Amino acid sequence: MAIFSVYVVNKAGGLIYQYDNYVPRAEAEKTFSFPLDLVLKVHDEKVVVSFGQRDGIRVGHAVLSINGVDVNGRQTAEGKDIVEYLKEPSNYPVSIRFGRARLSSNEKLMLASMFHSLFAIGSQLSPEVGSSGIEMLETDAFKLHCFQTLTGIKFIVLADPRQSGIDGLLRKIYEIYSDFALKNPFYSLEMPIRCELFDQNLKSSLEIAEKAGTFGPGS
Amino acid sequence: DHRQARGTSINNSELFTLTYGALVTQLCKDYENDEEVNKQLDKMGYNIGVRLIEDFLARSSVGRCQDFRETADVIAKVAFKMYLGITPSVTNWSPAGDEFSLILESNPLVDFVELPDNHSNLVYSNLLCGVLRGALEMVQMAVEVRFAQDTLRGDNVTEIRMKFIKRIEENLPAGDE
Repeated sequence: MAIFSVYVVNKAGGLIYQYDNYVPRAEAEKTFSFPLDLVLKVHDEKVVVSFGQRDGIRVGHAVLSINGVDVNGRQTAEGKDIVEYLKEPSNYPVSIRFGRARLSSNEKLMLASMFHSLFAIGSQLSPEVGSSGIEMLETDAFKLHCFQTLTGIKFIVLADPRQSGIDGLLRKIYEIYSDFALKNPFYSLEMPIRCELFDQNLKSSLEIAEKAGTFGPGS
Repeated sequence: DHRQARGTSINNSELFTLTYGALVTQLCKDYENDEEVNKQLDKMGYNIGVRLIEDFLARSSVGRCQDFRETADVIAKVAFKMYLGITPSVTNWSPAGDEFSLILESNPLVDFVELPDNHSNLVYSNLLCGVLRGALEMVQMAVEVRFAQDTLRGDNVTEIRMKFIKRIEENLPAGDE
């Protein structure tokens, strides 16, 4: 059972904090000889597999590293275009690591902002007056829990669907925010949270929540 | 748990009173003008209030108040109790129900304080007005807060008057129409 990540969104919908606690990585590293039997294409500034799924390498997986060195988008660490590099027989044999591409910070900002708008739609769609916004979003791989304070800040936790005690965890994160972010006079409201004590306390509360399965009151 | 440790602050209320006193006297030296000091205290209070409200909401299980009367009760019975250890009484409601008074029997900020004659316009505890104003603004309520009576200035009681101005409609959190 795991808690995957935590997002904090300010009143205007801007992402002010994001932490990935546990991100399941399905990665595969293989050595290839020329010619490459996978079809690659560029998508969203990343080089992804479009055909040739085998051995743990799936369609949609991105090139994460070449010969042990992490790539930079569609270029190698040295700035060479990956697709061109892999067309040259002299560069083989080559070891490539494939895996699900991580979300970039910009992508996370956009997703948080989109969720902020969807959250509002939740209450507008409601047949009953005075409904809250979206409190939970469920897929077969994870559950997204959202808690909005009376002041408009949203705390969002993505967790394993079987993980319990997230409500308590959300309230705990609110307390940690009110302590280690707000009581730090050098932290400006609505701005990205860059407070070490906040990070540390958040991490330990996630550990506690994962182990206990529940987060009781008065902890 | 550091919160349990700070529990009853009887042992550091002296430090609190002294700290507040040092703050006010330094402001008096810096600005040399009671009206200006009152303004600064209100500003500081506001900056405290916008942060304190989250601590209050995170720790108490108070939900959204349905009307101004409920707000008054929560302020007097929960908030004042939590932060200053006192419970003012709520009285003097206006006919329209948009204005009320908090009567403070005691005020931890002014333990041991006497106002000298040359500071007759100083509203010593004006920080509290800013705190209330800032805190309520964060839950979408615009209010005016002022001291109507002050024992430091010779009145029998200390009276804080709060008036509801309007609901702040911009950036209303979703689900609160």
